[in-house]
Amino acid sequence: MASGRDELLRQYRMMRLIRRFEEESARAYAMGKIGGFLHLYIGQEAIAVGVNDALTPDDYVLQTYRDHGTALARGMDPKAAMAELFGKDAGCSRGMGGSMHFFDVGHNFLGGWGIVGGHVALAAGAAFKSKYIGDGRVTVCFFGEGATNIGGFHEGMSLAGLWKLPAVFICENNQYAMGTPLTRTSAIEDLSIKAQGYGMAGDRFEGHDVTLVRDRVQRAVDRARRGEGPTFIEIETYRFRGHSMSDPAKYRSRAELEERKKKDPCLVARRRLLEAGVSEEALDEIDAAVDDEIDAAVKFADAAEPAKEEVMWGVYAPTGEGA
Amino acid sequence: MRTIRYREALREAMIEEMERDERVFLMGEEVGHYQGAYKVSEGLLARFGEKRVIDTPIAEAGFAGVGIGAAMTGLRPIVEFMTWNFSFVAFDQIISNAAKIHQMSGGQLRVPIVFRGPNGAAKQVSSQHSHAVDPFYINIPGLWVVMPSTPRDAKGLLKTAIREDNPVVFLEGETLYNVKGEVPDEGVEELIPFGKARVGRVGDGCTVVTWGRPYHTVMEAAEQLAADGIECEVIDPRTLRPLDLDAIVASVKKTNRCVVVHEHWPMGGPGAEIVDQVQREAFDWLDAPIERVASLDVPMPYASNLEDRVLPTVERIVAAVRKATYR
Ligand SMILES: Cc1ncc(C[n+]2csc(CCOP(=O)(O)OP(=O)(O)O)c2C)c(N)n1
Repeated sequence: MASGRDELLRQYRMMRLIRRFEEESARAYAMGKIGGFLHLYIGQEAIAVGVNDALTPDDYVLQTYRDHGTALARGMDPKAAMAELFGKDAGCSRGMGGSMHFFDVGHNFLGGWGIVGGHVALAAGAAFKSKYIGDGRVTVCFFGEGATNIGGFHEGMSLAGLWKLPAVFICENNQYAMGTPLTRTSAIEDLSIKAQGYGMAGDRFEGHDVTLVRDRVQRAVDRARRGEGPTFIEIETYRFRGHSMSDPAKYRSRAELEERKKKDPCLVARRRLLEAGVSEEALDEIDAAVDDEIDAAVKFADAAEPAKEEVMWGVYAPTGEGA
Repeated sequence: MRTIRYREALREAMIEEMERDERVFLMGEEVGHYQGAYKVSEGLLARFGEKRVIDTPIAEAGFAGVGIGAAMTGLRPIVEFMTWNFSFVAFDQIISNAAKIHQMSGGQLRVPIVFRGPNGAAKQVSSQHSHAVDPFYINIPGLWVVMPSTPRDAKGLLKTAIREDNPVVFLEGETLYNVKGEVPDEGVEELIPFGKARVGRVGDGCTVVTWGRPYHTVMEAAEQLAADGIECEVIDPRTLRPLDLDAIVASVKKTNRCVVVHEHWPMGGPGAEIVDQVQREAFDWLDAPIERVASLDVPMPYASNLEDRVLPTVERIVAAVRKATYR
């Protein structure tokens, strides 16, 4: 129990870190310090954290443009993450990618990707490599429910299933693809049945309880690692903010949002910690420490040097100098 | 005349053509209930209903193909890409199917379809979302490629595109949607033909050929240059395929100088094509090599200090005109 509690404390801290990171990035966006598209993950944190805890540091993770939470859970330094949003050279992608394109190869976070469905086959490719050289790694690929209609998704899934690649495909079903609810984009309501068509195992559950997410995803990861092929998991969740900063989310009611906020993953974890005997003060201390860490990240990003003025940099890799 | 925004001009064109012809419908992501990702189709769902204003899942190859199939069999779809960046997953449908069907079927089938949406960079949306796609599509015989820079052109050209019996690639611009300009009064119908350039500014110092977003940057540069006594003649071809070479050549014969300004990358594309055709048709009239101003030859970086340098700027345009005019 004590170890379970410690684990949940750590998970709670990480979820709070993601939450506060994004609240501050929304503020910085409003102040014009961040440009372009900013897609917030607020409400979905238990998935990033729970999934990561089912993985080893060697495993690969790919995410969509809604990538801050997953990158931070993977171990990305919040300073490097915030600096990227601010377009700074110290950013995780040197200011080249911005919010949608976080990369941290050191933590095996293989990117935030901008084209819906475009990274599913890439994830299959990373898993292909692991099978090819037998490195024992598992690749996790995240995408939204909106992505399950596009060709890139089907083709990546088809190959992963056919070749029994060590991968886990996680559909974060946050109910809306931009402004469109699932009921208007899919002929089926239970997306996990698609797994069958690709010859994969399937699973489906709600994603507000970080422990549950970890446990269920662990089974799929273990299966993949044992060479028993990929799994398609639909995790039901909800994003509390609009699709991106420019979306006022008028397509859903206030009441619906308030109902969903009762399952706020941070609150759920906090309640469970209190029940397990952790004091309010101890949790507040964690919150305060997280606030400090995010403050430091914002200060760091503010003070950091802008992206280097070598505008032609990076178009081609210098052949022969790579790993 | 009355003044409206580019976005409203496009909307008016769609409304007028949908009212005129039952076979015309609009299909794409978020075009209906959401009122359009960039609000171009605002109000269309209420006006025409779900039968004719159709929200699709994120499946560009699917709905582009459905549009082509429906066009082949008698409907006249307008297919919106949320941005042209997302047309790449539908590339095969547009190129292997839409552009080929009329000729390949020996003329039995035709494909009256308009693919439209914003083209080019917006602001800090990084490399995967900042493509100027004009070079990719102008290479394809069987497609028309249209890129209006003003509200009047947007409306008149979109109406023509919808009545056209061949597939049209209609390139708008996120940064153009708010541009205001004059359009004909309500009830006055204007169809702008493909292949007819518009003279945006008359001058005898240097011909500047440009279209889409950089048109407005060029007009700003032309103001600056005029203050220094260099009068630019700004030619907007409006459609890149077909291209109004005659208008460009006529202007070059008058100014003896030419600069081509475009957002797409420098390698190939309409920019290079225009230079090629002009040098052959107007060789004896040119007093200087033709200059080009393009986006720098890099994927678009996110950081704003870099993005600002990649896109054609007033300074780069002014420098190119000075070089071409030896001033
Ligand atoms: C191929 C393609 N089409 C359209 C878009 C524009 N777009 C970006 S996100 C999005 C909605 C995606 O929804 P979903 O897959 O459910 O993921 P979520 O954003 O909810 O996490 C759309 C339409 C895109 N990026 N790529």
